[in-house]
Amino acid sequence: MTNDTLEDLESFRLRARSWLAENMDKMPETVGPWMPQDEDGMRARELQRKLHDGGFAGICFPREYGGQGLPRAYQQVFTEESIPYEMPFTLNVPSLSILAPTLLDFGTEEQKQRYLPPLIRGDEIWVQFLSEPTGGSDLAGLLTRATRDGDLYLLNGSKIWSSGAYRADYALCLARTNWQVPKHRGLTMFIVKIHQPAIEVQQIKMVNGVNEFCQEFFDNVPLPLDHVLGQVDDGWTVATRLLFHERDAVGGGSPYTSGIGPGSRQAPKDDLIDLARLTGQADDPHVRQLVAESRTGMVVQRQLIDRVTQGLETGHFQGPAGSLPRLYAAVNSERQTDIGLEIAGSLGGAWVGDTMAGLYGQRFLFRQGGSLGGGSNEMQRNIISERILGMPREYAADRDKPFEEVRHNTMPTRRT
Amino acid sequence: MELQLSEDQQLFRETTRRFLETTTDLQRVRLLADEEPAGFERDWWRQGAELGWTAMLVPEEFGGGSMSGEGLLDLVLVAEEFGRLVTPGPLLPVSVVAAALAEFGSPDQQAALLPDLVSGASIATWALAEPGSSWLADGVRLVAEAAGGDLVVTGVKGPVEAGAEADQFLVTLRSGDGLTLAVVPADAPGVTVTPANSLDLVRRFAEVTFDHVRIPAAAVIGEVGGAADAVERLLEIAVVLQCAEMVGATDRVFEFTLEYSFDRYSFGRPLASYQALKHRFADMKLWLEASHATAGGAARAVQDTSDDAAELVSVAKSYIGDRAPALLQDCVQMHGGIGVTWDHDLHLYIRRVTQDRALFGTPAEHRERIATFIGL
Repeated sequence: MTNDTLEDLESFRLRARSWLAENMDKMPETVGPWMPQDEDGMRARELQRKLHDGGFAGICFPREYGGQGLPRAYQQVFTEESIPYEMPFTLNVPSLSILAPTLLDFGTEEQKQRYLPPLIRGDEIWVQFLSEPTGGSDLAGLLTRATRDGDLYLLNGSKIWSSGAYRADYALCLARTNWQVPKHRGLTMFIVKIHQPAIEVQQIKMVNGVNEFCQEFFDNVPLPLDHVLGQVDDGWTVATRLLFHERDAVGGGSPYTSGIGPGSRQAPKDDLIDLARLTGQADDPHVRQLVAESRTGMVVQRQLIDRVTQGLETGHFQGPAGSLPRLYAAVNSERQTDIGLEIAGSLGGAWVGDTMAGLYGQRFLFRQGGSLGGGSNEMQRNIISERILGMPREYAADRDKPFEEVRHNTMPTRRT
Repeated sequence: MELQLSEDQQLFRETTRRFLETTTDLQRVRLLADEEPAGFERDWWRQGAELGWTAMLVPEEFGGGSMSGEGLLDLVLVAEEFGRLVTPGPLLPVSVVAAALAEFGSPDQQAALLPDLVSGASIATWALAEPGSSWLADGVRLVAEAAGGDLVVTGVKGPVEAGAEADQFLVTLRSGDGLTLAVVPADAPGVTVTPANSLDLVRRFAEVTFDHVRIPAAAVIGEVGGAADAVERLLEIAVVLQCAEMVGATDRVFEFTLEYSFDRYSFGRPLASYQALKHRFADMKLWLEASHATAGGAARAVQDTSDDAAELVSVAKSYIGDRAPALLQDCVQMHGGIGVTWDHDLHLYIRRVTQDRALFGTPAEHRERIATFIGL
């Protein structure tokens, strides 16, 4: 195969199939529908490295930055073939599907050469530093500041809800560089090396016991000028694009993920069939209705993703249409959680032994997770109504005001 | 709506839309409802047939042919337009019978019946349902008794769409463990047609009574007792057309309701400026796009006779059958009191969509099918 001739899709499929069989491990059977734990990310790095060495990493990324330079149909085929295998799921979101495409969109040639190949190889994991403890939905109202000091910027403040930052290497961090202009026009996106003395990373324990999310505290973090991504004071443009990739990833439409895992396009919900059998309800008409409703919700999600993806390619839809699958995925996830809890019955509250039914009660605790992260459902509904349907925008007290005159919360001090 | 239509398909859709807007706009639909027992005029149906509505599922040798070579996908465009204007006319029953003949009929049956169906000169309909039972194959109880080489049938079918207008009935019968499909002329001895009731104002139904009606072996489509797969295939085609029609209707109602939200003022502001309503419109837009997506997925699968066609059809029907009526009722709420008046067009659409939802399997019946398909 050369750069000029595109490999036939079916021959690619066969090549992927035999390579996977020879090189990758099967998904552990005992895991059931849940992903293996990979706290430190070492397993994911190792798997990604294998994909890379086999020529199957970054299938839709350009070849000059370590990808394979193939159309998205090839990633789709590879994902289909990879279903039985353990894949580097934890790298899909956000590293490969959100940060990498943003770097690709805005990086200078030097930045792309420096950062993309190790990212795609799995040597360096990326996360995003966007949300702050003082506000989630009003992202542009953020308070973390980067102040120019000679040949450096100095970063101070705090970020929150970055998933897996403790095991990551780099972050894109949005900070305020200009307080004399309205909020969107005074932001800059920075490339930040996470593990350094001026940054403290704390893991946050969530209601379901998972502590993937982190909060970071910045104390005069030195940022060289070549760590600016995009233009100074134009970070909002970069952030908007990053959020587009995020909606794509969370909604399941990203072409940059491999395998059936979080953020990929066809996560199966067949575990409800097992649950119905396990609880002796396979013939219960009500339970059969619920399982079928769950199936319908997942199938329509995939169909909606396909429609929006196709519409974005043909120009039938514009960028904000990414909010459609994003909102669908969140609302569907709530319903899937409810259905699981209902079928689990009393086992959702108390159970004996190691049964999968107990998981549905625990899942319910984090039911709203998907409706909060990556822009809440309410923000998605604003985007759909205002930017797709053209309805009038909400009143905002900070519009066109220099940010230093805008009333805002105060940055909390570090927890000890 | 499919997002990638060929130029021919776009032209076909535009031609159909213009024809419908000219000949059967909503004013005309209301007039037909009051004055025309059939709900449509045979001459008008012939003109529609000339545009190609009846040709899509029929081979060229019998006067058929489609734009893209994928006849069902072309026909879906017509069904969507029918939804947008609550158009009368036997599009679904004629299409289903044409498909039955084209895919499962003998050359003699095809030659005898298809040319007149395609030209619009004759109308045929599917006598599937029976009073008081499901519109799925399980609900078929009317028995085909063997009598020599022929079949004899006594009993009732209905509601049957366009039953009073039909020249031929495609009757679905039970034969032991299996099903049988046969064509019975409306003027066969022992056939009586009685008008039935219908929620839709222009889509009329009838009850068809068979009193020792003799069906010659030559009228059976395929084998006696061997029609289960054919009946499933026809059901899938019928549901694909229903889904397209529901989506077309919902799309149009959402369109004019959105416009209304910009034009209607209260407290000095357009309705469209209230966040409580904007968020409801956002949800409606989501349901609408998801409905388009799943209707398209089902149509594609049935066109291709994919392995998952039956499941995708039931997914589409259960999703759209739930969402489209709910969406229309939300649109009524956005309109306020005017939305529940006779003179407003909303009820014409709710009638059509609610009827589509109910026939050829309710959402709950299709969910039961899905549960079986996925191995529960």
